[in-house]
Amino acid sequence: MSTFSQVFSEVGVLLSGPDPDLLEIVWLSLRVSLTATLAACAIGLPLGALLGIKNFPGKTIVTVLINTLMGMPPVVLGLIVYLMLSRSGPMGFLQLLYTPTAMIIAQFALVLPIVTALTRQQIEDNWSEYSDTMNSLCVPLTQCVRTLLWDSRISLLTTGLAGFSRAISEVGAVIIVGGNIDHLTRVMTTAIALETSKGDLPLALALGVVLLTIALAVNTLVFSSRTRIA
Amino acid sequence: MTIKSTISTCIIICTILTGNLHADDQSVLVQSTTSTANSGLYDYLLPHFESATGIKVHVVAVGTGQAIRNASNCDADVLLVHAKVAEQKFVEDGYGVNRLDLMYNDFVLIGPSDDPAGIKSITDATDALKKIADSNSIFASRGDNSGTHRKELSLWQHSDTEPGLHSGKWYRETGSGMGATLNIAIGMNAYTITDRATWINFKNRAEHRILVEGDKRLFNQYGIILVNSNRCPLSNTQTGQRFINWMTGDEGQSLIASYKLSDQQLFYPNAKPEISE
Repeated sequence: MSTFSQVFSEVGVLLSGPDPDLLEIVWLSLRVSLTATLAACAIGLPLGALLGIKNFPGKTIVTVLINTLMGMPPVVLGLIVYLMLSRSGPMGFLQLLYTPTAMIIAQFALVLPIVTALTRQQIEDNWSEYSDTMNSLCVPLTQCVRTLLWDSRISLLTTGLAGFSRAISEVGAVIIVGGNIDHLTRVMTTAIALETSKGDLPLALALGVVLLTIALAVNTLVFSSRTRIA
Repeated sequence: MTIKSTISTCIIICTILTGNLHADDQSVLVQSTTSTANSGLYDYLLPHFESATGIKVHVVAVGTGQAIRNASNCDADVLLVHAKVAEQKFVEDGYGVNRLDLMYNDFVLIGPSDDPAGIKSITDATDALKKIADSNSIFASRGDNSGTHRKELSLWQHSDTEPGLHSGKWYRETGSGMGATLNIAIGMNAYTITDRATWINFKNRAEHRILVEGDKRLFNQYGIILVNSNRCPLSNTQTGQRFINWMTGDEGQSLIASYKLSDQQLFYPNAKPEISE
């Protein structure tokens, strides 16, 4: 098909000259999705570890609920965040709608259940090995959480990557709360959606290749850091 | 630290990280229909406005239905769409002040070049739609309450056809934007209606052609409205008004007229000189 050969020449054009508009979009994509993922990890990792260690009534329900939220459709989440941040919504006075911050909030809420649920499973599996020792030593709970998180750090990197992948690839939420505004809230996925709607399929696919390249770079970076932190 | 305070700390950190870009008064938020944005008109016009006034214009391009709903939620300073009846209702309901005509172009019926329904060279758009319906040829409808969708529905009404009865058969409602609907129409070898600017700018035309044009019912008027600050105290009325004044004034109007794509003029300015509030 001619479209695919066009894609390769478009990719060549995009990657050869550092087009400032493209760099801006790439940079914003990374900034938004990385910030959202880091924030989600800051809360999701300890929260997931706690859920993995602690026993409390209703734990099964909470676990199932968080697992379910992993399947939250981005569009629905985008709508919820939109209604919250809209000028006529409860948090409208913050004037955050159509800003990168709004996009970070939406992606944070998308990534949080993924990080929490995957961490919980990981820590629960490891806890069975640790519980006797820890319980006999009477280690405080916070210490347990810290130790388990640290000892599971290699597999938790993949958890973080799963969260990041969800963030960088979703379009439904950021297009609603960000508005795909040129030079303000346009990221890779919304740019791809825009070019598709203009019928410029080769450019849209080429942007997709660039997005995957960035994801590849991030994954390579994280993977290579495994040896260093091991 | 409780989870609640952790979350609020995170939000604060994120805010610092990214900057609260819409808080400054030197910007105007425009909810716009997609056709004006996809045609490249804003890329052409806005740098002139921004360099003349120092005001940044942020355009959110969505279907007219969604644009009006967002503006009704106060998430706009200015509304620029093409559905006059809905626009007048928006003003009557107190969401907007003073709707002004801005510019126009026209809608066209497009379809596969082999034209199974035989509508080419029909000058009456409703006759053409009737032929599409009678021959059960596939027609892709926006189905999203947009300006184009409303126009399409009014044309069906004039042709005494109720396409909704055939939804899912020859009448396919995509529920999507203009670009997505065009992609679908081309994929399904279907007929559809689009504004001319979007079509001229659309790259994935394949074997589809303009088949019906020139009927005066295909007229496509764009309007511009300032969001009512009485209802929306957070809106930037002053910058919004300056933007409207500029767009409907001499400079904006002559720039709109001078915007061409593939040697074709896309929009025709028709703002009436009027004293703005």
